[in-house]
Amino acid sequence: MSVAERPVATTLSKDEILRYSRHLIMPEVGMEGQLKLKNASVLLVGTGGLGAPLAMYLAAAGIGRIGLVDFDIVDHSNLQRQIIHGTKDVGRKKLDSAADTMLDINPFIQIDKYDVALNSENALEILKPYDIIIDGTDNFPTRYLVNDACVLLGKPNVYGSIFRFEGQATVFAYEGGPCYRCLYPEPPPPGLVPSCAEGGVLGILPGLIGVVQATEAVKLILGTGETLNGRLMLYDALNMKFRELRLRRNPECPICGDNPTIKELIDYYEFCGVPHEPAAPVFVEGDLTPVQVKQRIDSGEKFNLIDVREPHEYQIAKIPTAKLIPLGELPKRLSELNPDEEFVMHCKSGMRSAKAVDLMKANGYKKVRNMTGGILAWSDTVDPSVPKY
Amino acid sequence: MAKILIPTPLRQYTDQKDQVEASGSTVGEVMTGLTTQHPDLRKHLYNDEGKLRSFVNVYLNDEDIRYLSKDKTAVADGDTLTIVPSIAGGSSVRG
Repeated sequence: MSVAERPVATTLSKDEILRYSRHLIMPEVGMEGQLKLKNASVLLVGTGGLGAPLAMYLAAAGIGRIGLVDFDIVDHSNLQRQIIHGTKDVGRKKLDSAADTMLDINPFIQIDKYDVALNSENALEILKPYDIIIDGTDNFPTRYLVNDACVLLGKPNVYGSIFRFEGQATVFAYEGGPCYRCLYPEPPPPGLVPSCAEGGVLGILPGLIGVVQATEAVKLILGTGETLNGRLMLYDALNMKFRELRLRRNPECPICGDNPTIKELIDYYEFCGVPHEPAAPVFVEGDLTPVQVKQRIDSGEKFNLIDVREPHEYQIAKIPTAKLIPLGELPKRLSELNPDEEFVMHCKSGMRSAKAVDLMKANGYKKVRNMTGGILAWSDTVDPSVPKY
Repeated sequence: MAKILIPTPLRQYTDQKDQVEASGSTVGEVMTGLTTQHPDLRKHLYNDEGKLRSFVNVYLNDEDIRYLSKDKTAVADGDTLTIVPSIAGGSSVRG
């Protein structure tokens, strides 16, 4: 495993020998293994929850060349889990913050920064120079993109995924083994499976799953041990249970099967049924801005403000006059709402409340409107004392 | 009786239970038992034609039922079914 443009290292410096001494004295690594790590290249897609521990441990382990793909900015809400970034880094590019931490841990490595969103046009070119690809992304389009690019390029894809207290990890597209599409031929329709931003995640969880991914990458490079190829590791942090399921290559898989139908990268946003741009609050005719809602409250207009978020969100921040009816309970609780009255629906950012508006209109409610931008926009434009989350 | 392990994203449809017991001699029967106890689960597991959705996998013990006899796979007393839906979480605040 080597990278064309880098000379192959055949020795370690005195400083490197001291640094890697706990590896060097292990027969499974030794000088030969440490040189394999030094000559290896790994691409990390995402430097967030999974990418943070991955990048730190891969840097510490002495992987010679590490590529990072991320275009995001460090935000306060990242710091609960993305331990590669600190409070001082809020507002900086994650790439810069991550690279600083990694070079502080280990100045003997090369870091390549890709300040882009991975897409069908750039993926093959970005992935090509690397021996191993590690998928630490947070969305289905990028996961299918990384999978397909790895299969097409013949590169192993070290996979990890997390949700709340639960994680999955495996190695895809390695030595004729299964790929992500063998496990899940298609993504769920948008909105059916909540993202971490909607569903939350235990901050420590990506640490464990990311470290499993880092371990697998190191084993692939060293060529030692038994990898997760063909096995899906499931981890339940709440009950502290590890389980393992068998994965098989699907002979009918559209990309790695016996008669593949996908021979080049496709439009993954279309495939996953999601818009190319992150969904911004869209102003639909009849919608109200938080400022307009506030004016209506202040002028004493009679209407019902309904908050369709979950009770635990309501505890974090609320608009005092709002009545809480979580979206999931709305169909059962319509009897509480008089169809002759006027309603304004709100949630965190305006997406769930838009669904609530559609649901109520479908049930015969005529005077129902959405508050655009949700409580986040309320905090920005009406009452900054309302915390954002 | 077979035990069915419910993954986190679907626990909102099982009154937050992480495992449910149901009886049946095949995977299909046990799953019907499950969705009878928790009807809200059905549309998250099956499409309108009654087929298991392509982002949900069901395992009998450690084997994917797609490589056994799918819904007709025999289930013995004490077997464990695991529902494994795709989850995408990893990094970033987007999504």
